[in-house]
Amino acid sequence: MPLPSDSDAKLNAYAHPERLVTTDWLAEHLGEPNLVVIESDEDVLLYHTGHIPGAIKVDWQLDLNDATTRDYVSPEGFAEVCGNRGIGRDTTVVIYGDNFNWWAAYALWVFSLFGHQDVRLLDGGRAKWLAEGRPMTTDNPSLTPCDYPIVPRDDATIRAFKDDVLAHIGHGPLVDVRSPGEYSGELLHMPDYPQEGAQRGGHVPTARSVPWKRAANDDGSFKSADDLRAIYAEEQGLKAGDDVITYCRIGERSSHTWFVLTHLLGFEHVRNYDGSWVEWGNAVRVPIERPERPAS
Amino acid sequence: MSGTLPARLQEIVDEFAEVDRTERLDLLLDYSRSLRPLPARLEGVELERVPECQTPLFVQTEVEEGRVHLFFAAPDEAPTSKGFAAIIQSGLEGCSVDEILGTPSDFAAGMGLADVVSPLRMRSVGAILARVKRQLMTSDAPST
Repeated sequence: MPLPSDSDAKLNAYAHPERLVTTDWLAEHLGEPNLVVIESDEDVLLYHTGHIPGAIKVDWQLDLNDATTRDYVSPEGFAEVCGNRGIGRDTTVVIYGDNFNWWAAYALWVFSLFGHQDVRLLDGGRAKWLAEGRPMTTDNPSLTPCDYPIVPRDDATIRAFKDDVLAHIGHGPLVDVRSPGEYSGELLHMPDYPQEGAQRGGHVPTARSVPWKRAANDDGSFKSADDLRAIYAEEQGLKAGDDVITYCRIGERSSHTWFVLTHLLGFEHVRNYDGSWVEWGNAVRVPIERPERPAS
Repeated sequence: MSGTLPARLQEIVDEFAEVDRTERLDLLLDYSRSLRPLPARLEGVELERVPECQTPLFVQTEVEEGRVHLFFAAPDEAPTSKGFAAIIQSGLEGCSVDEILGTPSDFAAGMGLADVVSPLRMRSVGAILARVKRQLMTSDAPST
């Protein structure tokens, strides 16, 4: 039995309010059977300095990425990650994390690749929970491992690969959610500062710049449905039926925007290009646009 | 490049290598908590950022009578970066410039930390040491 949805008014203005819970809702439901709370952070030690009581840790690098290939875990690997943590196929999973829920959104997206039905984000993440003075603990939660079925990973519906992006240029909207400096390419050219990863700077031709941060309030929560519609629908002209691809540097910030478009605004065909700029900016002969230069 | 580590840094490497995975994580947390706060005279001073650490980490080196002093600043929300910085601070504080320049950038490879924090995140350790060395080489560090 999934837990009830949060009936909060702000959440109910979103297209899929069942994908989000407020800190109030979580505080009220903590400890209930069939609920597992996951903390997923950029900093792998942060969970251990204190976490929401009962929450378990899932790390994007150690748990969700394949250790060898640049890819996600296999169906067997995912079943192990979940089963070891007491997550069953019908468990209600609520994910929160540091840094505006980047990695929480990323983890939710990976859970969605495996079709986990009931996975939600905590609106505002770790920062909001802390700011409200809610309880934290360093106690390890007691886990009862269970069986999680081995289900295929669906890499077609919400995931885009480099060739998909290439084919998308001129055919559908691409949303670059990185900072303006990364979008323009100038950040790769600071002397003596080797930025992570890319040989070339700029953006995918035709991609529009909509930094992920525009969707967030300063307290880490998502902006209201009206504010989000003003940005993505009115200003950017994106429509709910559009075939949209989002990308950033390694796919985490674009998971945040993927979540906004898919679950908060109800877009039906949004894919996250997880290869993102670390792949595109290193790939041979893919076209790149820079503001001061014509597209190559 | 010298193959040997300054004695204190070697002790820390061994300390990590000798414990199991869970204890290693706790040890890194302990180091993280042990990072010395910036002295008052450096507060508000613009310090060099280590851009390879995703979370902000700032480094300042000073040389006094041939001995190097290391200062770091990182937010509490970045315990991994703080832990790495604390290992370098504890391991290299008071060394000579030559000892630090001779410290191999991959000194942490034998600590067994990669399976606790991930191989990708371990790159930050080398990046922090590289910033320290560069400051010492370009004599950014005030010498007294």
